[in-house]
Amino acid sequence: MWLSHHWHAFFLALRRLVDSPLASLLNIIVIGVAFSLPTGVYMLLGNVQSFSGQLSGAPQLNVFLKLGTGKDAIEKLKSHLKQHPQIASFRFLSKDKALEQLKQKNGMADAVNSLTRNPLPDAFIIDAKSISPETLKRLRTEMLKWPDSKHVQLDSDWMERLNALLKLGQIALLILTALLSFALIVVTFNTIRLQILTKRNEIEVSKLIGATSNFIRRPFLYFGAIQGVAGGAIAWLIVALVINLINSELTNLVQLYTVDFQLHHISFEDSISLLLFSSWLGWAGSWLSVASHLWQIEP
Amino acid sequence: MISFSNVYKRYPNGFEALKNIVFTIKQGEMVFITGNSGAGKSTLLKLIGAIERPTTGSIIVNDQNVSKLKNSAIPFLRRNLGMVFQGQKILFDRSVFDNVVLPLQICGFEHQSAAGRVRAALDKVGLLGKEKALPITLSGGEQQRLCIARAVVNRPSILIADEPTTYLDPSYTKDIMNMFKSFHQVGVTVLITTPAAELLESPQYRILSLSHGELVT
Ligand SMILES: Nc1ncnc2c1ncn2[C@@H]1O[C@H](COP(=O)(O)OP(=O)(O)OP(=O)(O)O)[C@@H](O)[C@H]1O
Ligand SMILES: [Mg+2]
Repeated sequence: MWLSHHWHAFFLALRRLVDSPLASLLNIIVIGVAFSLPTGVYMLLGNVQSFSGQLSGAPQLNVFLKLGTGKDAIEKLKSHLKQHPQIASFRFLSKDKALEQLKQKNGMADAVNSLTRNPLPDAFIIDAKSISPETLKRLRTEMLKWPDSKHVQLDSDWMERLNALLKLGQIALLILTALLSFALIVVTFNTIRLQILTKRNEIEVSKLIGATSNFIRRPFLYFGAIQGVAGGAIAWLIVALVINLINSELTNLVQLYTVDFQLHHISFEDSISLLLFSSWLGWAGSWLSVASHLWQIEP
Repeated sequence: MISFSNVYKRYPNGFEALKNIVFTIKQGEMVFITGNSGAGKSTLLKLIGAIERPTTGSIIVNDQNVSKLKNSAIPFLRRNLGMVFQGQKILFDRSVFDNVVLPLQICGFEHQSAAGRVRAALDKVGLLGKEKALPITLSGGEQQRLCIARAVVNRPSILIADEPTTYLDPSYTKDIMNMFKSFHQVGVTVLITTPAAELLESPQYRILSLSHGELVT
């Protein structure tokens, strides 16, 4: 019986949608276009994030030791690094090896051979467990305090800048989502208000023959939720379309460079969340509308 | 059973539509309420269905004190009442069948058993052939019978009709009165208002007369 009520409400809502196809379609498209904005921004942020991760891997710390650091000191540092809780792995690059590597490079062999003495320092190349800029900075200051370290190089300046930008993007996304969610609620609120006005007679008769407020409310709530889901789906499709367009342009562009960069749509989980969120907003909009208008109709 | 004791109804504008109404209708009785236009007949029926609330006094319908009923309990009271309203209240954008099935949908009936009941109700009022028709294509008498079918489809123990025959010609009137009599014969409490007592051809039934909001006997 409970289920049959819900089916009844669901089909009634669908029928109301289909009964005024143009109005419903316009509503759904408006909702979809509005929601494609935050969805698109979210998609871009995700892509930039994964792309930057691809490019840099995890940033490494290079610790250059003072010239003339003894073997004992190096062994001590090695065992210290092994036990360090924040360090994932490290590699020791002796000055001889560094010179060797330099020789391999094109055009450097002559220059290196002309040296009478190896000017390069011994170095550790360290991967931290975390890539958060804060942790890396802390590690860096810690290593600078070692008596044998001369210089610690951290390639994280551009990462930091990118992170700051991403954070800004996330704030923009939040504001955009809040504003457009509000717009969706308003659109649904108004649609349902008009619907209640035109269904006045039906509502009145239903109340007279024993309909509970829930029974009367339910089709409107389903209507709002269905409209929301459909709007969310349209937003998803708009973003998919844009991705397609951009990707076909990108394939031309990236052939010039040697990176492989293609935009990807939001993940399956995020898509489901998008649909759930938009249907919830539609539901909320019609709930507000029903709550503020239905009581005015008394037989 | 319907029982009024010391019921007063004053409308918000101060008009006193009913004054000190006292009566009891037993289960299975058939009663007419008469009175001139404005006497308060519709008001009295509205009090039974909790469409209006009494100003003072108590109203008992099927052991429920309607005057003290919570708003959320009103729908369940109405499901046990079959009401035929003055001014019909038909949904003209739905077929005859869809109009009559509405009370069953509200109670959550399965489609199959609901359809069976709707056909039985339409059969009783002689509209079985018109279930797919739109109400606008029905005559006045047929529309009135549609309302009766909708009122009885849920098999209520009390049937209330507000001037069901007012604008109908005499042959229809007789038809519809016979219909109510047949519901009465199967044990339904029937309560009908008519504007003038002399229209009644059924002296064997109890008559409550209203005049300016008061019962006169
Ligand atoms: N909502 C209302 N507000 C104020 N006065 C009302 C209201 N409804 C009815 N009345 C008044 O109460 C009196 C009784 O009305 P009611 O509808 O009960 O009369 P009635 O006997 O059914 O008349 P009729 O035969 O014309 O239908 C009338 O004088 C009417 O003007
Ligand atoms: Mg009346």
